[in-house]
Amino acid sequence: MPIAHAVASGLNGLRAAGDLVARLEMGRGMRLAEAKQYVADRLGVAPLDLADTAAMQELRGELGLGRYFEAETPHPFDPSPLESKARIAELLDLPVNVLVQRAARAE
Amino acid sequence: MESAITTRMGDGSLVALTRSQIRAEIEDGTAQGAKRSKAPLLEEAEIEHLVDLFASDARVIGVPIGDEVVLTYDGTGDPQIGSRIEGLEIYQQYLSADSCELYHVDYSYPAVKTIVPAEQQAMKVAQERLVIPVHYGAQPDLGRYSHPDGPCPNWSELLPQMRIDEARTSQEQALEMAIDDIVHVAEAMWEAGADGINIDTAGAAGDADLLATLRAVEKLRARHPDMGIMVGMANEIVLGLHGQLEYKGTRLAGLKPEGQRKVVEEAGGTIFGPAVNVNTSKTVAWNTARALTFIKPCMAEAKIPVHPNVGMGVGGVPMSGFPPIDAVSRCSRAMVDILKCDGL
Repeated sequence: MPIAHAVASGLNGLRAAGDLVARLEMGRGMRLAEAKQYVADRLGVAPLDLADTAAMQELRGELGLGRYFEAETPHPFDPSPLESKARIAELLDLPVNVLVQRAARAE
Repeated sequence: MESAITTRMGDGSLVALTRSQIRAEIEDGTAQGAKRSKAPLLEEAEIEHLVDLFASDARVIGVPIGDEVVLTYDGTGDPQIGSRIEGLEIYQQYLSADSCELYHVDYSYPAVKTIVPAEQQAMKVAQERLVIPVHYGAQPDLGRYSHPDGPCPNWSELLPQMRIDEARTSQEQALEMAIDDIVHVAEAMWEAGADGINIDTAGAAGDADLLATLRAVEKLRARHPDMGIMVGMANEIVLGLHGQLEYKGTRLAGLKPEGQRKVVEEAGGTIFGPAVNVNTSKTVAWNTARALTFIKPCMAEAKIPVHPNVGMGVGGVPMSGFPPIDAVSRCSRAMVDILKCDGL
């Protein structure tokens, strides 16, 4: 069932920019069209590109936003998930909670 | 003579119908939905579009390129392979999930309250290993507070005895406990780094269950302005097991998706998930048309994202342990095309 929904209508998550749009909906309560436009503007792409795995993998790599990897496409020098989330927070100007909580504990 | 098209029943079994029969199913589904919900019928163009989707002989169908939506979940990472966290990684890496949800198999806030440190540890590890946002989710589970599982008299036993006042008092006691438990767990998981909290199947035990959810959301929003809070519903009409409960002047018993969405917005939710249950003796086309009719009125004026529930047995998806991909992909596309929803 999750495969069927992903194939039929999903934004392709980490393979494209689905997680970035999801963060705007979850964290800001932003509706889809606005969230897509916001992410597209920040990435310098069109909303149509956000689910495009071919376009977004390269861009995610350049910006260090974390990306899908497998045997044929290793990315050994990509940032860790927490580092990627710090870059996502900066890109989207949106607090990522785990980083906020860690910073608060470090004070 | 019309040729037969292979489609599905609400229990997932195959059935062969002609295009005319599929149209009749969709027309009856929207008629039944409109009658029950007092919502308008689907428009003729929408009905024709649904007929095209369900009369297609394609195994899998999908939304037009560019119309993709955010996928959220009520529980991901079933540990068929490895740990719960590895399950979440599989959703991220292989299932193209836009978000995921850490959960405990006893999907209940009062149950999870007793093991919060272990759940916090799991969230900590999940946050270190995943890039996509991670919800933590469970159910309000108001029934758990009644005898024999909990301390409150069982309102389901009191109501048939016509002990109405006692049943109402018991639900009022239970909902105060539920609010405390939801807030306790949600704050603990937020502190551990969760990107959002999912309060799922709200209203499953009736209007008191929904009121507990709304008041918990209100408290959480006041204390944590940046917290993502998703509220997923249990059914299309809130059951009035109490009957007199209100949230900010709105009577909760009998609320349909449009009214449910409004109270979730008022409380401070960031995503609303309407649920319309499936009739297994009707076709998937009938169930999908009925679900769309129920949900459509809540879309136009929504201030927050709306993610209709399209899991097993809701939103037209067959009530089957393994819902077939042909049926699921049709429900998925129908929701996006007709409702212009923000996610699923």
